[in-house]
Amino acid sequence: MAVPISYNWRNLVVRKTTTLMAALGIALTVAVLLAMLSLVNGLKTSLQSTGSPLDVMVLRKGSTAELTSSVSRQDFQVLKFKPGIARDKAGQPEASLEMVSVINLASVDAPDGINVNLRGISPIGIEMRNLKLVTGRWFTEGRREVVVGESISKRFPAARMGGKLRFGHGDWDGVGVMSGGQSAVNSEILGDLNQVSSDFDRSEFLSSALLRATDEVAADALVKNISADQRVNADPLLETTYYEKQTSAAAPIQFLGTFIAFIMAVGSSFAATNTMYAAIARRSKEIGTLRVLGFSQGSILLSFFAESVLLAGIGGIIGCLLVLPLNGFTTGIGNFTTFSETSFSLRVSPQIMLYGVLFAMLLGAVGGFFPARAAAKKEIMAALRSV
Amino acid sequence: MKHFPMILKNVWRNRRRTVLTVLSIGVSLCLLGVLLAIYHAFYFADPTPEQALRLVTRNSVSLVRPMPQAYREKIRRMPGVRDLVIEDWYGGQYIDDKAEHQFARFATDPDKIFVVRSEMKMPDAQKADFIRERTACIVGRSVADKQKFKVGDKIILKGDIYPGTIELTLRGIYDSEQGNDTLYFNREYLEQSLPERRRGNAGIFTILANSVEDVPRIEKAVDAEFRNSPTQTKTESESAFSLSFVSFLGNIKAFLLVVCAAVMFTILLVSANTIAMSVRERVREVGVLKVLGFTRGVILGIILTEAVMVSLIGGVLGVFLASLMTGAIRAMPAFLDQLKHLSLTPSVALLCLAIAAVIGLVSAFIPAYQASRIPILDALRSTD
Repeated sequence: MAVPISYNWRNLVVRKTTTLMAALGIALTVAVLLAMLSLVNGLKTSLQSTGSPLDVMVLRKGSTAELTSSVSRQDFQVLKFKPGIARDKAGQPEASLEMVSVINLASVDAPDGINVNLRGISPIGIEMRNLKLVTGRWFTEGRREVVVGESISKRFPAARMGGKLRFGHGDWDGVGVMSGGQSAVNSEILGDLNQVSSDFDRSEFLSSALLRATDEVAADALVKNISADQRVNADPLLETTYYEKQTSAAAPIQFLGTFIAFIMAVGSSFAATNTMYAAIARRSKEIGTLRVLGFSQGSILLSFFAESVLLAGIGGIIGCLLVLPLNGFTTGIGNFTTFSETSFSLRVSPQIMLYGVLFAMLLGAVGGFFPARAAAKKEIMAALRSV
Repeated sequence: MKHFPMILKNVWRNRRRTVLTVLSIGVSLCLLGVLLAIYHAFYFADPTPEQALRLVTRNSVSLVRPMPQAYREKIRRMPGVRDLVIEDWYGGQYIDDKAEHQFARFATDPDKIFVVRSEMKMPDAQKADFIRERTACIVGRSVADKQKFKVGDKIILKGDIYPGTIELTLRGIYDSEQGNDTLYFNREYLEQSLPERRRGNAGIFTILANSVEDVPRIEKAVDAEFRNSPTQTKTESESAFSLSFVSFLGNIKAFLLVVCAAVMFTILLVSANTIAMSVRERVREVGVLKVLGFTRGVILGIILTEAVMVSLIGGVLGVFLASLMTGAIRAMPAFLDQLKHLSLTPSVALLCLAIAAVIGLVSAFIPAYQASRIPILDALRSTD
């Protein structure tokens, strides 16, 4: 017969200071792990929700990023009339020629400046990406005006409505803030294609072309068709693939976070072991009594094991509560593919919290096993006699 | 100190608990030590004498935008400038994109690179070959070892930032205390492979100052010189420049500090908890000590010393583990210069030990104080 779990619960409540301290140690370990996971989760969500499976991005052969790519206007004329490209309401092919560069902006975290993506774009590109204005208006063609992404406007004091940015041949006015949902475009600054490219002295050679296929089969065919075309010397790939590759930016943080959480976990499972040994030493008599009442060694083992897991589980829940305020917090991570920063919000999802509690319980299980075994192995008479 | 043997006995009487506590504190302090070493390497490390004399000038809009090559002569004429060299990040691909084929590649001025980067050592004959032969390149020792390059080997790089392919012959292998993981080749060769419209650009200028006092002046003078040009510059010391790559990875400073604080708090909890447990066990003993005439202060001192001793042993273990771990990080292929020289400096090690001692003291204070205050009779009667 199993010892009722309420016995363990009441024990934890009676020794509330010790319980709370041991649980807090585990809570902090869990909190560090969860903060890292929510960071990685936020970045992945942002990058994975960028790009449509119908969109094909065309880069120069050999380029792995828009920044190092170059697509000429002449090439674009060829690309635009490839088969399988969707048409908009006006009957124009849904194809957007774009220019990407990075500019250095002072951010809240880095006053010396961080690289941010700047994209020269035309109305068709805005429509293809389904971008929405939050405030202000879109830039006017032929003017030095920019519209900034929502997360950019939160993190970079200069990049906002009414702000002025200096790059290219002069000052640029911030005239609006746009939102691209969770996507990476939220971390970009957009300006008129022709104005941006002439300011960067590359009116003929731009960065990339985005083509919308009529359906997914057509998208694959389009990729094959362009790779085979000798005239354009280009590497086409699905836009979703392009952004998926950038999730590797999270790798250093993920590695560091896992490493830290692992070491902290080792430390706090030793602590949990200590707490449980002490608990057992103090409850010798109780254990003896339980045995006299007829509880088997197995059920004593299980009971103390459960108590340790319960204790750690409480720690896990406290850990979740500690990181919950981080949900939605906006931060940025640079990546060496685009050489610019992607801003995103931390996401403490229920799944992540579940991981945290499970991780804590695992700690409790590891830390509680030996003490529980020691409890079960106590001689009945010796246990009853001990003071 | 005559109570020392008793304190030692006390430390050792519940061996399992002491060992677990020491391990727990040791492991956590090892983590703290590594994090503090990283923090120190990023934000407090003194630049080497060579580094302290160098500045880096880049395009103010962004590192990836080039500057006119003609700036070189203007900067060279500025007071305090001994010499300068252009370094263009070539990027490109060697064989394929796999991690084992990654190393930095720069196009540079062969006659200047050894002047400005005086810590790079290479035989004079190899230097002469590098300057004479347009398609020559040199690599650092660690690249040569890893890629199994020998002098005379052909190295082919496929461009990504730059169009075309570059075919090089290895003419020298250099050694440098600041990292040996870069390939340098002749800028002239790169220039000639480019279409007309892309020539005449420089990625960064690395400037060597005459003296440390000249550095801040040059920093201002260079940027002032080009303020009204179409391409403005941003000049900073070499250590500030390499720090900008750290901040690029996110808000590392805050990240490190928050984690350090969390680790410290965890150790505090762990150690306070164990010490509280061991003191509670001993209330009766404290009563006996009092009967024997020990004063409250001495009892307090004995318990505190015991706690500090346990946490210091944990601290020593932690520092030892941390020094092993920083060694392991040094050996890893890191992309940040600062991590290649990571070590647990004496100051960081001392700080860790001090933290250990303080944690022992703080965590023991409340239980020790309470125990020393219990009336003798209550203490003797206690059964727990």
